[in-house]
Amino acid sequence: MKRYSAFAIAREALRHHAGWERAWASPEPRAQYDVVIVGAGGHGLATAYYLAKNHGITNVAVLEKGWLGGGNTGRNTTIIRSNYLQDESAAIFEKSRTLYETLSQELNYNIMFSPRGVMMLAQTEHELRAWKRTAHANRLASIQSRMVTPDEVRKIVKVINIDGPRYPVLGGLWQPRGGTARHDAVAWGYARAASDLGVHIIQNCAVTGVDRDATGVTGVQTGKGPIRCNRLCLVVAGSSGVLAEMAGFRLPVESLALQALVSEPIKPVLDCVVMANTVHGYISQSDKGELVIGGGADGFNNYTQRGSFQHVEETVRALVETFPLISRLKMLRQWGGIVDMTGDRSPIIGPAPVPGIFLNCGWGTGGFKAIPGSGWATAEMLADGAPRALAAPFSLERFAEGRMIDESVAAAVAH
Amino acid sequence: MLLLTCPCCGVSAEETEFHPGGEAHLKRSGPGSDDAAFRDYLFARKNPRGVHFERWRHAFGCGKWFHAARCTATLEVFGTYAAQTAAPPAHVLEAIRARRPDWISEWEQDR
Amino acid sequence: MSSRLPRGGRLIDRARPVAFSFNGTRLKGFAGDTLASALLGSGRSLVGRSFKYHRPRGVYASGAEEPNALVSLGTGDRMEPNQRATTTELFAGLEARSQNHWPSLETDLGAVSAGMAKFLPAGFYYKTFIQPRAAWKHLFEPVIRRSAGLGPAPAAGARDPDRYEHFHAFADVLVVGAGIAGLTAARRAGAAGARVLLLEQAPHAGGRALADGGRIDGADAHDWVAAQLAALAQMPNVTVRLRTQAAGVYDHGYVLAGERVADHTPGDGRPRHRLWRIRAGHIITATGAIERPLAFAGNDRPGVMLASAVRDYVTLYGVSPGDRTVLVTGNDDAYRTALALLDAGLTVPAVLDVRARAEGPLAQAVRARGVRVETGRGVALAWGGRRGVTSVGICAQAGEGAVLEEIGCDCVAVSGGWSPVVHLWSHCGGKLRWDEAAAMFVPDPARPPLNHDGRAMVTAAGAASGALRADAALADAAAAADRVAQALDLSPSEAPAPRAETVDEAAPEAVWMMPHGAPAALREKAFLDFQNDVKVSDVQLAAQEGFESVEHAKRYTTLGMATDQGKLSNINGLAVLSQSLGAPIPQVGTTTFRPPYTPLSFGAITGAARGELFKPVRKTAIDGWLAAQGAHWEPVGDWRRPYAIPRPGESVEDAVTREVLNTRRNVGLLDASTLGKILVKGPDAAKFLDLIYTNMMSTLKVGRCRYGLMCTENGFLFDDGVVARLSEDSFLCHTTSGGSDRVHAWMEEWLQTEWWDFRVYTANLTEQHAQIAVVGPKARQVLEALEGMDLGRETLPFMGFAEGTLAGIPARVHRISFSGELSFEVAVPAGRGQAFWDACLEAGAAHGIQPYGTEALHVMRAEKGFIMIGDETDGTVTPHDLNLGWAVSKKKQDFIGKRAMERTHLTDPDRKQLVGLATLDPAEVLPDGAHAVEGAPRPDGIAGMIGHVTSSYFSPTLDRSIAMALIRGGSRRMGQVLRFEVEPGRAIEATVVDPVFLDPEGERQNV
Repeated sequence: MKRYSAFAIAREALRHHAGWERAWASPEPRAQYDVVIVGAGGHGLATAYYLAKNHGITNVAVLEKGWLGGGNTGRNTTIIRSNYLQDESAAIFEKSRTLYETLSQELNYNIMFSPRGVMMLAQTEHELRAWKRTAHANRLASIQSRMVTPDEVRKIVKVINIDGPRYPVLGGLWQPRGGTARHDAVAWGYARAASDLGVHIIQNCAVTGVDRDATGVTGVQTGKGPIRCNRLCLVVAGSSGVLAEMAGFRLPVESLALQALVSEPIKPVLDCVVMANTVHGYISQSDKGELVIGGGADGFNNYTQRGSFQHVEETVRALVETFPLISRLKMLRQWGGIVDMTGDRSPIIGPAPVPGIFLNCGWGTGGFKAIPGSGWATAEMLADGAPRALAAPFSLERFAEGRMIDESVAAAVAH
Repeated sequence: MLLLTCPCCGVSAEETEFHPGGEAHLKRSGPGSDDAAFRDYLFARKNPRGVHFERWRHAFGCGKWFHAARCTATLEVFGTYAAQTAAPPAHVLEAIRARRPDWISEWEQDR
Repeated sequence: MSSRLPRGGRLIDRARPVAFSFNGTRLKGFAGDTLASALLGSGRSLVGRSFKYHRPRGVYASGAEEPNALVSLGTGDRMEPNQRATTTELFAGLEARSQNHWPSLETDLGAVSAGMAKFLPAGFYYKTFIQPRAAWKHLFEPVIRRSAGLGPAPAAGARDPDRYEHFHAFADVLVVGAGIAGLTAARRAGAAGARVLLLEQAPHAGGRALADGGRIDGADAHDWVAAQLAALAQMPNVTVRLRTQAAGVYDHGYVLAGERVADHTPGDGRPRHRLWRIRAGHIITATGAIERPLAFAGNDRPGVMLASAVRDYVTLYGVSPGDRTVLVTGNDDAYRTALALLDAGLTVPAVLDVRARAEGPLAQAVRARGVRVETGRGVALAWGGRRGVTSVGICAQAGEGAVLEEIGCDCVAVSGGWSPVVHLWSHCGGKLRWDEAAAMFVPDPARPPLNHDGRAMVTAAGAASGALRADAALADAAAAADRVAQALDLSPSEAPAPRAETVDEAAPEAVWMMPHGAPAALREKAFLDFQNDVKVSDVQLAAQEGFESVEHAKRYTTLGMATDQGKLSNINGLAVLSQSLGAPIPQVGTTTFRPPYTPLSFGAITGAARGELFKPVRKTAIDGWLAAQGAHWEPVGDWRRPYAIPRPGESVEDAVTREVLNTRRNVGLLDASTLGKILVKGPDAAKFLDLIYTNMMSTLKVGRCRYGLMCTENGFLFDDGVVARLSEDSFLCHTTSGGSDRVHAWMEEWLQTEWWDFRVYTANLTEQHAQIAVVGPKARQVLEALEGMDLGRETLPFMGFAEGTLAGIPARVHRISFSGELSFEVAVPAGRGQAFWDACLEAGAAHGIQPYGTEALHVMRAEKGFIMIGDETDGTVTPHDLNLGWAVSKKKQDFIGKRAMERTHLTDPDRKQLVGLATLDPAEVLPDGAHAVEGAPRPDGIAGMIGHVTSSYFSPTLDRSIAMALIRGGSRRMGQVLRFEVEPGRAIEATVVDPVFLDPEGERQNV
């Protein structure tokens, strides 16, 4: 793989960039792999990369029904934070955030991780108490996150209307090393690096069936023919239920549409991520200058990936109240992504009921921030055949035991 | 913004007038059920890309719960019917079959 | 250079000059001008700078597809960035500024020269700025952010002074676009009896017919348009709205439209924008088509314009885009531009037609006027400077760009063919078909977007469905309207479809790169996406690097992601990609069309829901009195409640202390009206409540109250409150303030969907009663002074209630206590709430009565070890965790949550359990949410957290700190000293104690 650098660009500029090679290879599938990963989103690609990089397992295929990074990796609002309340969540999200810090260097691909800070507003006494509890837990978990006063909120988020008549800002939970990254670049960077290590990324290759015998999984049927494998990992946000059905089991997962939108680009005005959970408004400004805004999820099963309007309206209304200066700006584009929600709104990483099949799904609305940590933990599980400490709490068994990992305990919103 | 018809009061109204309530026809597992059955009752959900039976409440209308048969891939609504039933009524199953000849119904296998 | 022509301009009124300013310079246009036509008429060819390279740009189009001419409008609170000059109606006093340059439009230090640009190809930022790590955040990214963005941000303190509103509309048939197709469709659908709504984004109807003229049904096209509008105005079932753009089509016929009510008349008191929410039985999109640019080197210079825009400016606005216009085309339609220019007395030095032959009637007509028509020719390169194009180099289209001849010109009119506007068709899933002959994507009627009933919900009509010529568009629109009428069970109009006289047009030829064999040096200067500076070479680079999916190429190059959303660039970019990949265009496919069609203001989306109308506050009957006393409020659910009622000059903290002590010593008055009150009535009410609550309610005696708990099926506590049995078959269930709607819905859900055979009705009475708590040792004296009821210890014992009259007001008095004091909660009709409150104050004056707020309530309940839903519970806590096992029936066979409590994790003896905490230093108050730690940190650095503080206060009554906490295995830890690390290096130690700090025997309330 030719390395990317300013020098390489200068060299190529002199010959009209004719020398750039493919970012990732486009091979024909082999008949057999050690590991087949279904889903070339961020989680699947990161899993493949860490399998190859950390565990030396390179006879790996990542099968993608469409184009890589085309699911929720390319549709989210790119927020990265790890200030979670529960130990289990904090551990995997902080692992993830830490990996993001050096991911551009690790992958030799600028994924533009921008630790510009995440401000979670407290707008009720209840929310204030919840964030205080989270801040204490974060500090003890060595996560940089602290409570700030309304005055500090105003200093950090200069354009906020702190005295909103309905929900004045009572404080904030501030994670200075949270932020955003360029979502597509995360998928592309992992794809390029994994491909370089020998992983096969096979796009336009839909899985149509799962083959199993008495002992467990033996392979998959695809649009490009059957592919045998020893271990199969399903990493298909938005389609987990459909794949599970093919493999003969049912998941505690429902697929819902989550809404998002961007404004037209303007010059820099908002330098951190702001989350106002009480009024359901999540906003940041991209490097291009667009305000990137997350809306709510519909409450009904939906696979259409279309935009709907009522959540957009609710979110925009909340943000106009919180940031009155945006009233004369405009919505440029809105879209929907399909999120898989579990019974406790936390993910599932663990063995499936069918031997040889492993799951990574159910990230709900919070999957992007987890990509590196999730890939890391899933690769450990696929290499060992069983989850290690990061993934172990997220097993399917927790639903039978009643061992919920419920982040919504802290506030109305889980992610 | 779906358009749904409440079978109780007969009103066709905006999605925002209703409240979604998840999979319909769940069978409650109470005391005495085994762990797997209870887990499935609480968490395992049909999540088909296609025909789905689900619960709605006419929350900002007559207040009544009802069921809808809807396609999760196209969002078309095949029919709505009263919630006080253990299985979809025949006219709804027929409406689905008319639009989705290949649909495999677990309800007809039961009959 | 552009200028105003001495005459002409169908849309302008030369008798009404309009003064405006651009970058501070005063200029003049006419009523009817757009800002773009007025700028061109004033000789302004340079109007903006592009996004990435800050290249000088001029007006390129004449409508919503404009990529270049974006300006900020207005100043101060009314400043609005990124407005398209081409769709901005000119008004007196309009102030426009160009964008994205420093220090000025003419001299922009941010401009990237062509030499530098080759170091900044598509995606260069993914390949660099990687080392050193800290430089991205502190050096590279800030520079990129400053040079990116387009328009200026509004000032931090900007407050939009304008109003916005929402309207709802319903139509059998919504017709979008009032060109000749839309007018025809609306008229026929209306004649068939449908309720029709016709929307037009422009301030006038007619679409392209206004500029292109021709004759329809024997009349001049613009007269025919006027006649149609007049006819529609006579139809009571048809509504026409101008300046209203259908922005998005959503599921089941839901359409959003934005009306620009007063953008052109600012400050006239009308709302600026109006958002229409439309439910349509069927949608006809007569949205026309958009002309495509041509990709040649230097095609972004000011003065290069769409051929259709050139003739719009000449014909509609009387503006000359240039004295000498070279026309470059691959179709016959663009020759109309040459004719319009000639008619206006302007010069057309040459027409360059990429086709081998140009023998159609329009081409012949141009030739006949003495214009040189070159076939098989294209432009190799456009030369010029900041102010615009000065000449073009002619080349063979089939060649590699060797310049055969240089032609001087100050305008280049280009036409790469037309693309139907398919956005609205596609928003909700309508699919497209590639028409190879016409080289365009058209709606595929076999795969339309579906309505709730599974039938097609959108029909494309006219040019939007690919019928580009006027005669075809009219016939197509009439047929579309008739089909829609039939689908709606109406009788289609029997009138003949209108007919246009048209000339034949020869087959067009699509050209995606000019010339065909252009070398890299030319491709690097041929722009596809003008605003985002995406060139042919960028798309080719994306393909070369494996970004083969059209979505990858778009995201890698940013093609089509600018504020115009690729209206001009998407098809050209897609074609270049498909050529690079050697794959046919339909196989490569399009990117997804997302709403809105053009950007929609956040103000319009918000509508009137601002300030006080943003989530209106629920208020109790006592709210006004409390507000007059200067209550310090807190939001609780949708309600507001007084946190404390400070006296003048008193701090909130001091007020809380005073309120607690006064209630404990004398008597306090609390507005508890927000508590939920749900009536459950019917022969099976007791049986039902036995299932809803964890404890037994069927054994409750009439006239008595019982504290009850509700769990989810997951076994976790979610609401609590006192249940009063009003009669054998009716119960009044009190809920938390935030929980009343939720609990009521919960009960209904179970009654309707699980136990529908139960004979039970529920009603939420929360707002019917004001509930006022009279609390403290002197509470009985206060209420007895009101006269009417015997509230003696024996007559109304603890946990009883009585109905009667107090101070002449019907009242139900509950002898229940959330503070541990003698306490009466009195429910009176809401309308009498304030009167009862006043009576209590008056009767209590002698006893030192004072109102208290929610914080005093919290302190007092914590002193008594009472739990608060939301503080001690968080959705994962069981009654047993809170030592409330006594309220979980062991006798009942079933209740909601019973089965869940048997699961292994819920029976684990090491679960977190509620304890009291007494800090070793009684003056020290544990912070809310502080965690107790035990043992050494885990290998991953996470400390051994064993639980957290759920409530923590300084108790004025006990003069020491008190706290409750959920601690792992807490019930076994009584007497242990726990360490709470509250700050790095600082711990507070506290002894585990019983959570009931005050009066464990309950003597204070049993008096």
